[in-house]
Amino acid sequence: MRSVPRERSITPPATNSPEGRQAVDFAFTEEHEILRETIRDFAKNEMAPVAAELDAEAKFPRDIVMKLGELGFMGMMIPSAYGGSELDAVAYVIALEEISKVCASTGVTVSVQNSLVCQPLFDHGSEEQKKKYLAPLASGKLLGAFSLTEPEAGSDVANVQSTAVLEGDHYVVNGNKIFVTTGGDADVILLFVSTDREKKSKGMSALILEKGTLGFSLGKKENKMGMRASSTYELILEGARIPKENLLGQEGDGMKIALKALDGGRIGIAAQALGIAQACLEESIEYSKQRRQFGKAICEFQAIQWMLADMATEIEAARLLIFKAAEMKDRGKRYTKEAAMAKLYASETAMRAAIKAVQIHGGYGYMKDYPVERHFRDAKLTEIYEGTSEIQRLVIAAILLR
Amino acid sequence: MNIVVCVKHVPDTEAAIKPLPDGSGVATEGLNYVLNPYDEFAVEEAVKIKEAGGDTQVTVITVGPDGATKSLRTAIAMGADEAVHLNDPVFLETDAQGTAVILAAAIQTLPFDLILCGKQAVDDDCAQVGPALAELLGIPSVSVVTQLELEGDGKKATVHRELEGATEVLECTLPAVLTTQKGLNEPRYPALPMIMKAKRKEIRTLDASALGLSPDAFAPRTETVEVSSPPPRQGGRILEGDVAEVVREAVRLLKEEAKLL
Repeated sequence: MRSVPRERSITPPATNSPEGRQAVDFAFTEEHEILRETIRDFAKNEMAPVAAELDAEAKFPRDIVMKLGELGFMGMMIPSAYGGSELDAVAYVIALEEISKVCASTGVTVSVQNSLVCQPLFDHGSEEQKKKYLAPLASGKLLGAFSLTEPEAGSDVANVQSTAVLEGDHYVVNGNKIFVTTGGDADVILLFVSTDREKKSKGMSALILEKGTLGFSLGKKENKMGMRASSTYELILEGARIPKENLLGQEGDGMKIALKALDGGRIGIAAQALGIAQACLEESIEYSKQRRQFGKAICEFQAIQWMLADMATEIEAARLLIFKAAEMKDRGKRYTKEAAMAKLYASETAMRAAIKAVQIHGGYGYMKDYPVERHFRDAKLTEIYEGTSEIQRLVIAAILLR
Repeated sequence: MNIVVCVKHVPDTEAAIKPLPDGSGVATEGLNYVLNPYDEFAVEEAVKIKEAGGDTQVTVITVGPDGATKSLRTAIAMGADEAVHLNDPVFLETDAQGTAVILAAAIQTLPFDLILCGKQAVDDDCAQVGPALAELLGIPSVSVVTQLELEGDGKKATVHRELEGATEVLECTLPAVLTTQKGLNEPRYPALPMIMKAKRKEIRTLDASALGLSPDAFAPRTETVEVSSPPPRQGGRILEGDVAEVVREAVRLLKEEAKLL
């Protein structure tokens, strides 16, 4: 759409072919379709040409992310009064899938800002906090991060050791956080600390930390297996002074705020995983039609056909789970179980799809010349972050056994 | 200034196009339709002129089926102010000339200082509607425009026209029809809040009777006889032997078989 047509097309790209396009339409509205085409074009023109290089150099594409922000992708579900695009969760899923198909790292960057930074600020922020932080974050002028994980607190969220003590007008914060997505580039960080160790999970609080705060410094930048264009940092807090106005909600609300944010984040990550899986499928279809062995295209062999069929079926199932969770959220229903199922299934589907995709590509799938090896490395993280698959299973079981 | 932009709802160029089994046309089922890429340059140019200041209104108009509202809303999301949808089943049975008649009938009822449209639609590649529209409205037209500068008073424009290997620079009085070519500008991605605003915009819909048009007025003057696929690409041929022989044989084939020399 962005480019005028090529004069002659030899092999139509898989993206728009009947096989590549998703089979379930789920009653999308006209604006959903316009949104999908807009972000698909943007991804194709602006992101695809540099995705491999960003991964190889572990470079954070600040310019692309800021451009997405200008187009309204960083606060998709936030009301326009606070700088957001006022879309529904279904639109959010569409956008994240298209972004992640081309660059999963950009997908997680966008997902974190939407679900883990903007959403909690909207849900719990005071009017002043919303004006000061939410508006520039939702409109993409500032970058945000969500900092919960610590060396001793991964799945065991309540075991956060960082402390914040109120001294006069400021909280004095000590501790360190790890694995913070966009941690090094963020202007605003949602920081989860313990304000009362005795109360354990009920003693956690959420603070809004600004870049440049005295006592706050960056630790190491992680060298990751995948998602390498997403910058992941350690944060060090040594007597960092955060104004008491930057407390989000009340003291002790931290755990509740974090878990609620992660619920919404699950839909985003599920959509991201879906994008990775869909890319694996489309690229495998295209490759199998072109690669010839034993006198025929390998897509004519049953072994390959079965792999493609399994990939496509699981992806369709994941898609339905994700859109169901999104629709329930849009209708104001409780969607914790559906979001957990969507995240669990989509991430495991992405990993299986990536394994099959590399296998279908054979030796070439192992080479960095083809994007499937990147999808393989990217997919794995979707099973771990924002709640490991094990945690998702516990969340689902807890609801089943209530 | 009032700018009217004519747009068309066309199949996505990335779709694989096949003729219908009976050869009567193109198989359109399942195709994804989008705003004609050349029309994007027209919409963008109109919005840029609007943003440059002054009191400018951009109206986008299309002759198309129900689904064409999507292309109209895409144009609104890019910055157009109003949209008019000329929607009537009989409108779809005519050709490029007929489409120009329909558009002229509607545009005549609007204030216009400038009319922009893409140089051609990527489905039929006729490139006729723009110039035909100008003739019907009795105004000048310039096609394949790659640069546009309006004079201060809005009564004249200096226009660059792309030719093969050269650029023609023309001065043109307004109102005029200018058909837009790649290179005129970089069409913007519609921002999400604009897409949402476009959803709420009311689109004015007019049919043949609302325009006061009888079917004769826009009856097609061309008839599609057959639509077929081009012959499949032949494989290449590899000539073997020593260089002098191969060259002689290649020249012979190019002359006698391919008839290129």
